[in-house]
Amino acid sequence: MNASSFPCFPATPHQDGVASAAAAGTQPGPVPQDITYFDATSLRETEVGTGAYLMPDRMRIRRIREYLLFTLLRLAAFINIFALFGVCAFLVWNGLSALSWDFLTEAPRNSMTEGGIFPCIVGTTLLGLGSLGVSLPLGVASAVYLHEYAGASRFARSIRLGVNNLAGVPSIVFGLFGMSFFVIACGFGISLLSGLLTLAVLTLPVIIGTTEEALRQVPVAMREASLALGATQSRTIVRVVLPAALPGILTGGILGLARAAGETAAIMFTGAVFFSRKEVDSLFSPVMALSNHIYVLATSGTDIDKTRPLQYGTALVLVLLVLGMNLAAVILRDRLQQVRRR
Amino acid sequence: MPVASLRRETTVRRILAVVAGCSLLFLGMIMLFLFIEGLPLFSTVSVSDFLLSMNWYPTAEPPEFGIFPMLVASCAVTLTASAFAVPLGVMTAVWLTEVARPGVRRVCKPLIEMTAALPSVVIGFFGMVVAAPLLQDILDLDSGLNLFTASLMLAFMSVPTICSVAEDALFAVPASLRAASLALGATRRETTVRVVIPAAFSGIGTACMLGMSRSIGETMVVLMTAGGAGILPRSLFDPVRPIPSVIAAETAEASFRGEHYRALFAVGIVLFLFTLAFNIAARHISEKNSGGKR
Repeated sequence: MNASSFPCFPATPHQDGVASAAAAGTQPGPVPQDITYFDATSLRETEVGTGAYLMPDRMRIRRIREYLLFTLLRLAAFINIFALFGVCAFLVWNGLSALSWDFLTEAPRNSMTEGGIFPCIVGTTLLGLGSLGVSLPLGVASAVYLHEYAGASRFARSIRLGVNNLAGVPSIVFGLFGMSFFVIACGFGISLLSGLLTLAVLTLPVIIGTTEEALRQVPVAMREASLALGATQSRTIVRVVLPAALPGILTGGILGLARAAGETAAIMFTGAVFFSRKEVDSLFSPVMALSNHIYVLATSGTDIDKTRPLQYGTALVLVLLVLGMNLAAVILRDRLQQVRRR
Repeated sequence: MPVASLRRETTVRRILAVVAGCSLLFLGMIMLFLFIEGLPLFSTVSVSDFLLSMNWYPTAEPPEFGIFPMLVASCAVTLTASAFAVPLGVMTAVWLTEVARPGVRRVCKPLIEMTAALPSVVIGFFGMVVAAPLLQDILDLDSGLNLFTASLMLAFMSVPTICSVAEDALFAVPASLRAASLALGATRRETTVRVVIPAAFSGIGTACMLGMSRSIGETMVVLMTAGGAGILPRSLFDPVRPIPSVIAAETAEASFRGEHYRALFAVGIVLFLFTLAFNIAARHISEKNSGGKR
C-alpha cells in the first residue's frame, strides 16, 4: 500500500518515512518513498546500526496487522461491487435473449404469457415524468426557500425535520396514503394521476436534498455581485443562482426520476394494474408499470415458469433504465466537479 | 428600493415559504390519513390484543387481528440484515476514505451508490430466482424463501445507505487528527482504528440507524423472498411474514373501510412509528455529535 493512496492527506509521500525516521532516531535523510513493509531487521543491521529502534518484532506485528485490516476492508468493498456486478451480469445473461424489438414494442398477448411489454414502458415513463413534473417545481422552490431565504429560522428547521422524516417513510406507507387520499378521498381512482402524485410526494425529499446541495455550491460572491448591481433577491435567484445551479438540479431530477421508475410498493394500490386492455388516454386511466409487471409475473402470473423469460427481460429493461439514468446523473455530477475545480 | 419592488419580494418570499411547507404538510397528511383509517379498528380490538396476540385471520368469522408474529419477523429480519450490512457498510466506508487511492475511489464510490438505485423489486426477483434455490440446495432446506434469504437481500439493499452516511462522517474527520496520530508514530491501521473511527463514531451510529430504518420499511424484498408464513420463527431458516409484506399482499383484497382494511392501516401505523423512531434516533445521534464537538 503506497503512502500516496491516503486520500485526505495531500502531503503523504513522506508519511511512512517520517514515522520511521522518527522512530529510528536518525536525522531525516532521503527517505524511501514506498515502504510497504517496514523491514525492521534490515534496518537494524544496515541503516541504524545502534538500534535506537528497540522493538523490531513489535513493529513488524504492527505492519502485519495493518496489512490484515486493510485486506479485510478491501474484501468488504470488493463484496459490494461484486454483488452489484453479479446481479447485473445475471440479469443480462438471462434477460438478453428475451430482449428484442418486438418485446419492447408489442403489447402482451395470450393472457400475459407471450408478447412484449410496451404498455409497461409507456406506463413507467408516464409515471416517472409525471411525478417529476410535480415534484421538481415543488422541490426546487422548497430548496430555494430553505437555502436562500430561511437560513436557520425555526420554520426552516421544522421543514428540514419534515423532509428528513418524509425521506424515511417506507414506500408501502406512501402506497397506503396514496390509496386513502388520492384514490379514495380525492376520487381519482386507481389511475395515472393517483400514481404519479404518490410518487411525487415520495421523490420530493430526493429533489429537495440534491437541489439544496447544488445551491450550496454556488459561490456567495456571485450572489453579492448581483445584489451589488442593484438586482433584487428574487431576480438574483432567477438570473444568477438558479442558472449556476442548473446542472446540479438536473442531477437531482434524474435521480428522482430513477427512484420513481424503480418504485413498486407505492404504486401497487394507487396507479398500476397488472393488465389494462385500454390504451392510456387520460390522467384517469390506470397504467401498467415495469416494476409492478415483474412482481406480478414472478409471484402470481398465470404460468410462472413459462413466463420466466418475460420476467428476466422486464427486469433487465427496468435495471437498464434505472442504472442508465443514475449513470447519467453520476457523469453529470462528476463533470460538474471537474469544471469547478479548474 | 421602490415600494412596489419591495412588496413583490415579500410576496415571492411568502409563496416560497408556502411551497416549502408542503413537505411538512405531506408528512402531516400521511400521519393523519393513517390514523383516520387505522384507529377505528381499536374500538373493536384492544391495542394489546392487536400487538401481542398470535393469530392473524382477517377474513375469518370472527376475524382475529394479532400482529405479534409479524412484529417479531420484522425485527428478526432487520437485525439479521444489519448483522451483515453494518460491518460490510462501515468497512467499505473506511476503505473508501482511508485506504483507497483517489482514482480508485472516484470510480468505486458511484458504483456503490448505484447499488442503492437498484429497484427493490429487482432485488426481490433476484432473491427469488437465484439466492433462494441456491441456499435451499447448499443448506438442504425445505424452502429457500425464508428469514435468512430475505435478510441477505435486505442487507444488500441497506449497505449503500450505511456506507454513504458513514463515509460522510469519516470524511468529515479533520486531516489534522490523522496527521497528529501519524506524526506520533502510529501506523495507518492504528490511526484508523484509534483516531478516525472514534472521531466519526456517532456518524457511523447514524448510518446504522438509517440502514435499519431502510431494512424494516423495505417491502418488495421481504414480500418476494421471506416466504410469507405468519408464524413465529424458531430458526434463521423459517419462512416469516414481516409487516410490510402483509400490507402489500392484502391491501388490494380488503374491502373498503371494512375491519380488514382498518387493520391493515393500523399495521401501517406501527410500521410508520417504527421507521419514525429509527429516523429520530439517527437524527438525535448526529445532533448530539455536532453539538458536542463544536
